[in-house]
Amino acid sequence: MSAGVSRRDWLLSEQPASRRQAKLGQAYRTWVQLRRNKLAMVGLGIVLVLVLAAIFADVIAPYDPLSGGDLRTARLLPPSWAHLMGTDDQARDIFSRIVHGSRLTLMVVAMVAVIATPIGLAVGTTAGYFGGWVDTVLMRITDIFLAFPRLILALAFVAALGPGIENAIIAIAITSWPPYARLARAETLTIRNADYIDAIRLQGAGSGRIIWGHVVPLCMSSVIVRVTLDMAGIILTAAGLGFLGLGAQPPQPEWGAMIASGRRFIIDFWWVATMPGIAIFVVSLGFNLLGDGLRDVLDPKAAQ
Amino acid sequence: MTASNTKGLISVRDLGVTFGHGTNEVKAVRGVSFDVAQGESFGIVGESGSGKSTVLRAICGLAPTSAGTITFQGEALKAPRQPAFYRDVQMVFQDPYASLHPRHTIDKVLSEPLAIHGLDDPEGRVERALEDVGLGQGFRFRFPHQLSGGQRQRVAIARALILEPQVLLLDEPTSALDASIQAEVLNLLDALRHKRGLTYVLVSHDLAVVAHMCERLVVMQHGREVEELTRSALQHHEATQEYTRNLLVASEGFKAKGTST
Repeated sequence: MSAGVSRRDWLLSEQPASRRQAKLGQAYRTWVQLRRNKLAMVGLGIVLVLVLAAIFADVIAPYDPLSGGDLRTARLLPPSWAHLMGTDDQARDIFSRIVHGSRLTLMVVAMVAVIATPIGLAVGTTAGYFGGWVDTVLMRITDIFLAFPRLILALAFVAALGPGIENAIIAIAITSWPPYARLARAETLTIRNADYIDAIRLQGAGSGRIIWGHVVPLCMSSVIVRVTLDMAGIILTAAGLGFLGLGAQPPQPEWGAMIASGRRFIIDFWWVATMPGIAIFVVSLGFNLLGDGLRDVLDPKAAQ
Repeated sequence: MTASNTKGLISVRDLGVTFGHGTNEVKAVRGVSFDVAQGESFGIVGESGSGKSTVLRAICGLAPTSAGTITFQGEALKAPRQPAFYRDVQMVFQDPYASLHPRHTIDKVLSEPLAIHGLDDPEGRVERALEDVGLGQGFRFRFPHQLSGGQRQRVAIARALILEPQVLLLDEPTSALDASIQAEVLNLLDALRHKRGLTYVLVSHDLAVVAHMCERLVVMQHGREVEELTRSALQHHEATQEYTRNLLVASEGFKAKGTST
């Protein structure tokens, strides 16, 4: 990079000089486009706050999230400067619990995305690319998973595997891949007869290389958008499992479980159930806004 | 070059291509035969839906052969084709806007066939391939959407040539381009053929393009072969079939209005 050329010009160069510059330039263009969308930026901000809260939970949280204060004097205190969101029935600071709960939420979201997205992509692109009986078998399996209500299937898995946050993650991941498989298959069907796929076939490429290197990158953007939009639902499912006592176990500060424990005093001590509810609402909204913005940028078809 | 006889590098005999089953059955190609010699440029002409592109796709294995045989270098081709086949036979598609992967840089497009076949010196080969089709190194890391139609088609030609094939199958390589770019691309193809001793099979609906590029041609209609002609026969209006004469008249009429040379 010569001294006179600014970083921006380097990124937006029409004649990139290296693979890295071409890739970074493409990413920068996407970022510039996303930045124009104010609501998506709000969503991204919320997600970033969640991530930062999870990383620096020990620094941010003023109290211990697991063990409370004096049970005689500090139980069910209303929000005040000492306890920003009040305290619960175990005399624990709710704000500290919510900050630490962001770790669990983020873990659920990240793990489900990491497990479900590749499964969905692999099943969908394979079915779409090969067609025929491969398609029939894979998509009927997908249909079976789709036919179950998500929460009920997750419940069944948790019941079989035992309650706990890890099992809740597995259960949610297993129930959330079918829509991605459907989506990836639909995208693959429109791609597989394209000239550029024929061209790479004529170069002698095998099916694995074509699916991974040529089909998946094109399905990726719509699947990413869909996963981001589904994050809200995943958080709610995790919270729902926690609420039913099948997700995170006490005394873990999981938001859904916190609502469940606050339910008993909801009339007299509204903040116990409301504060984690607000946290779930804000984070779900953040992922939805970000997903909408990503869709406009990554999926030009939907934007029109 | 292991061609046993100079007569047929590629030899197509009674080729039939059928799509679909039962009532949806479409016979796209019915009993087409021709030979293409080493170093020759062979044309296939016909209107839309005459099955000319299907013949090309059948040769490279993209369309199923339901009858007849296709021989390359004296050996009957089997489906699916062996990887080695693609080192000898490559194809350039009609629409340069559809034949390049939208998310791959030109560099990736050109290096991938080298990676598949494990050829040495990929960097040098990509650079040379770009030079050969008249694109500078400045194009190497661009994405297809940053190129014009003519430049894209040059990339497609570079991709087809990077495996150093003997045969290039050209499926209306210029019909999606502006008239001024068409001539550029045709001249490039002509120059490359002479430089490398390539064999071309060119499909076109444009008799002028075929007359310019090919020594021999076959005229197709409704999936059937109408007649086979040499370039001089075409230029001297020695077509024996009514259909070919009509096609000739149609193209002449267009020529008289368009470019009076």
